[in-house]
Amino acid sequence: MWEAVKLIPEKDEWKKALEQRHGKELQERFSSATVAVCGLGGLGSNIAIALARAGVGKLILLDFDKVDVSNLHRQQYKAEQVGEFKTDALASNLKEIAPYIDIEAHTVRINEDNANGLLSDVDIICEAFDNAEAKAMLVNTVLETMPKKYLVAASGMAGLGSANSIKTRRITDRFYLCGDEVSDVKSEMSLVSARVMLCAAHQAHKVLQILANEF
Amino acid sequence: MVKVNGEFLDIAGKSVSEYLETADYDVKRIVVERNEEIVPKSQYDETVLCDEDVIEIVSFVGGG
Repeated sequence: MWEAVKLIPEKDEWKKALEQRHGKELQERFSSATVAVCGLGGLGSNIAIALARAGVGKLILLDFDKVDVSNLHRQQYKAEQVGEFKTDALASNLKEIAPYIDIEAHTVRINEDNANGLLSDVDIICEAFDNAEAKAMLVNTVLETMPKKYLVAASGMAGLGSANSIKTRRITDRFYLCGDEVSDVKSEMSLVSARVMLCAAHQAHKVLQILANEF
Repeated sequence: MVKVNGEFLDIAGKSVSEYLETADYDVKRIVVERNEEIVPKSQYDETVLCDEDVIEIVSFVGGG
């Protein structure tokens, strides 16, 4: 006769629930923040979901790649999204989870020349690339040309090693590194979903701590 | 002495480039901090390490 209409919570209801969880002042810090997620693979897709659920106001999503069937073992995409750009697929998934979040997605390969323009408006940058040279390029570029930004990077989360060896280390006041710093995807048995999620959770948690000014 | 990743080394007077050549680093995968400030890649040759410098070299591995 008629299709069931699925109701989602109103924006005010959503905001109130977050305020009840985090307190009004902390939630205000989260909701007024803009965070960039550079790379939307196993790290980035999980970081983005954690930040969206926590009520971070705006996410800038950056990746050049499309969802591949080989990504589904650890990245937050659905089987039906294979072939879509990760930016589009993740933006859609995030909107299902957190409908009032502000998302800006750029399907682009970040390099030394475009990084500044893409990241100029963000408070915190998450480095979530897969390739070691790309990681070093982004971290060097951010530290050299955007010294006021906070940067949370990752290195070493491949294989089935201990969950407890994934750590967050302060390198400087504005640069944090998550991972075990040694488990290279080339020498370990590839990437395993839960350990990658652990590292992503370390990164997302450090972002929230920075926003809360508790770090 | 220069402290590199927590280890005291007798390398004061060497440039960052000269030290990196003697150590087993892939220059394309690293970030070098000196006394909590980034050393730009373009300045590895001319940056001379001083006594009591604290150097942190982050070497990235693949996976994400």
